[in-house]
Amino acid sequence: MSNAHSSVLRHHFASLAQQKDASSLGMWTFLVQEIMFFGGLFLVYTVYRHQYYDVFAACSHHLDWKLGAANTAVLIFSSLTMAMAVHAAALGQRKATALWLVLTILLGGVFLGVKTVEYKEKFEAHLVPGPHFLAPTEAAHELKIDASQAGQAQLYFSLYFAMTGLHALHMVIGIPILAALAWKAWAGAYGASYHTPVEMTGLYWHFVDIVWIFLFPLLYLIGHH
Amino acid sequence: MSAVSTPREPQIPKEHYLNAGYGVKSWLLTTDHKRIAILYLASVTFMFFLGGLYAAAIRLELVTPPGDLVLSETYNKLFTGHGVLMVFFFMIPTIPAVLGNFLIPLMVGAKDLAFPRINLLSWYCYVVGAGLVLVALVEGGLDTGWTFYTPYSTSFSNSNVILAGLGIFAAGFSSILTGLNFIVTIHKMRAPGLTWFRLPLFVWAHYATSIIQILGTPVIAVTVLLVAVERTFKFGFFDPARGGDPILFQHLFWFYSHPAVYIMILPAMGVISELVTCFSRKKIFGYSFIAASSLAIAVLSFLVWAHHMFVSGLSVYASLIFSALSFLVAIPSAIKVFNWTATLYRGSVSWQTPMLYAIGFIGLFVIGGLTGLFLAAIGLDVHVTDTYFIVAHFHYVMVGSVVMAYMGGLHFWWPKITGRLYPEWWARVSAAIIFIGFNLTFFPQFVLGYLGMPRRYHYYPPEFQVLNVMSSAGASILAVGYFIPMVYFTWSMRYGKVAPANPWPATGLEWQTASPPPTENFAVTPTVTEEVYDYTKPPKEPVFV
Repeated sequence: MSNAHSSVLRHHFASLAQQKDASSLGMWTFLVQEIMFFGGLFLVYTVYRHQYYDVFAACSHHLDWKLGAANTAVLIFSSLTMAMAVHAAALGQRKATALWLVLTILLGGVFLGVKTVEYKEKFEAHLVPGPHFLAPTEAAHELKIDASQAGQAQLYFSLYFAMTGLHALHMVIGIPILAALAWKAWAGAYGASYHTPVEMTGLYWHFVDIVWIFLFPLLYLIGHH
Repeated sequence: MSAVSTPREPQIPKEHYLNAGYGVKSWLLTTDHKRIAILYLASVTFMFFLGGLYAAAIRLELVTPPGDLVLSETYNKLFTGHGVLMVFFFMIPTIPAVLGNFLIPLMVGAKDLAFPRINLLSWYCYVVGAGLVLVALVEGGLDTGWTFYTPYSTSFSNSNVILAGLGIFAAGFSSILTGLNFIVTIHKMRAPGLTWFRLPLFVWAHYATSIIQILGTPVIAVTVLLVAVERTFKFGFFDPARGGDPILFQHLFWFYSHPAVYIMILPAMGVISELVTCFSRKKIFGYSFIAASSLAIAVLSFLVWAHHMFVSGLSVYASLIFSALSFLVAIPSAIKVFNWTATLYRGSVSWQTPMLYAIGFIGLFVIGGLTGLFLAAIGLDVHVTDTYFIVAHFHYVMVGSVVMAYMGGLHFWWPKITGRLYPEWWARVSAAIIFIGFNLTFFPQFVLGYLGMPRRYHYYPPEFQVLNVMSSAGASILAVGYFIPMVYFTWSMRYGKVAPANPWPATGLEWQTASPPPTENFAVTPTVTEEVYDYTKPPKEPVFV
């Protein structure tokens, strides 16, 4: 046991407890930073939604809320598997940890797959902002808004892609980290006294999940009563 | 420790962090906070002189009233380049990433920052950001001003906005990672007995700075990202043609960029607290007030951003509130100035170079700070918005205060960093040259601005020429003042007199280890039993060597 200690204790810490405390505060500080990072986007969203509520509601109806809801369930479930991985790591269950992590990766993959399908639909329907966006008259017909509001519809879809895109990017970054953890867990790197990386990645994964919990109603459910 | 009575000729210790390895790899892959500080020192100095070249071109153009040296487009690129290099790649990182990086683990009695590899990553983020910006500047330049105002930056500018934006994004993460490391280190890595109220004020100042870095920087990161996305994919976050709001961009931009000013000034204030108390040989006056005022500034910094937007279409009520809040910043700032002054009172003040810079700082900061109050007053601000008055004001704060403090700190800790003394006579002379050059450069700009000379134009009416020539003359003196330390610092690394562990002598754990310190900082983990700044006792010989 003491050998396992010395191999994971970095030289500048006095004890494993101090090292773990530092990691956890570091991760939480990083997540605060993340909140502010997403916060800028949420602010832009809030301002425009307030200003152009009707257009945002009309555009929101164009998203497939069923896919969104399914994805929400998938992510919540992945948070559960992640929590199970942390639990298993703390108990020193080598294989269980790795399996829960792999399951988390798979669920993350399902989420991204569904997201890809949704993006593809938007591309095909010319709902990606920019020069290829629906012409004002088409937009009026398609989205059931006034032709003069086509620009504002572009604002909505700009935010849709930016917010879900940034969220998806966080998952794309998370998945290889989970894969590395699964690999190391399988090799027996974690146990009761040391499983900080699994726990920290868990915090990150839950954070990304929570961001989606906010994104789903804000983007998909505007004006649904 | 029994040998205290016989002073010996100081000697460079056999093993220290500088001779721990000589290869390129031993530097580029180092995780030692002291070496990373040196990497930062080299990089920010390079960017400083590059930004200085842009300034030189600007001052040269402004010697004569007509725009006869460069085209208007080129001039736009000159002031933009100057601003971007100086703000994002010198002012923001300089004191935290160089002095903070080197000193915070030493001051808290730790072997390193909490996350050494993340510390190295932060330097690489800086290098990548600097590289992108340099490519942007060389490959046709950037003409949006350092403020990137939309819709010019998103829809109209034909310069390298995307590249420069991504560079600032990367530099932003370097700053965030540094702040994160400091917060965790200060919370979790303090030596036994080192309670919060025994921490040096330098550490308190960096703690407050780190909070701003964590809460503010991500906002500008996402904002420049949105500008880059809007330009690349023709999305429309801030495009007025589609109902987007360019003023929203300004809100987001200043939500970071005003607190960013405090990312620059707070560490500078931390340096000054150390210098004033050491060279007055007296306990600092009002320790807890200085510490708390740093936190107060950090909090207030987030509540004043819209005073940059009094003429941008802010409502009268919003303007009034932001004006009132901006006045509040003066309170914690003044608390610091009064406490420093009270520390000097009846101290045995000596005038070594670091103290010259500290006194220079206090004077210039008072001018920079008080003119800030002029600008918080809406009526006066409307009169001088976008004039040289603003330019003079923020240079008094950024150059007059921050660079002064940085230079003071660099001289103060140079013996610790390199194990060598700098030549005192040359250092005092150049401190005087910098003070004179600085005031000659920027004081006339207050007058110019008040008389109505707008910033960012290279034509001006002939009656402004005398003041502009004064300013340009001052700039050349200032350049000499910055060049001399460059030479003697470089010289002293090899030929300077060998420094003792505690040359001033000063309190603080960093002086209780060898100069230069060993890689592990302290041979014995220090234990702290008393408050810092106790200058009433005779100086101690280093005990943790």
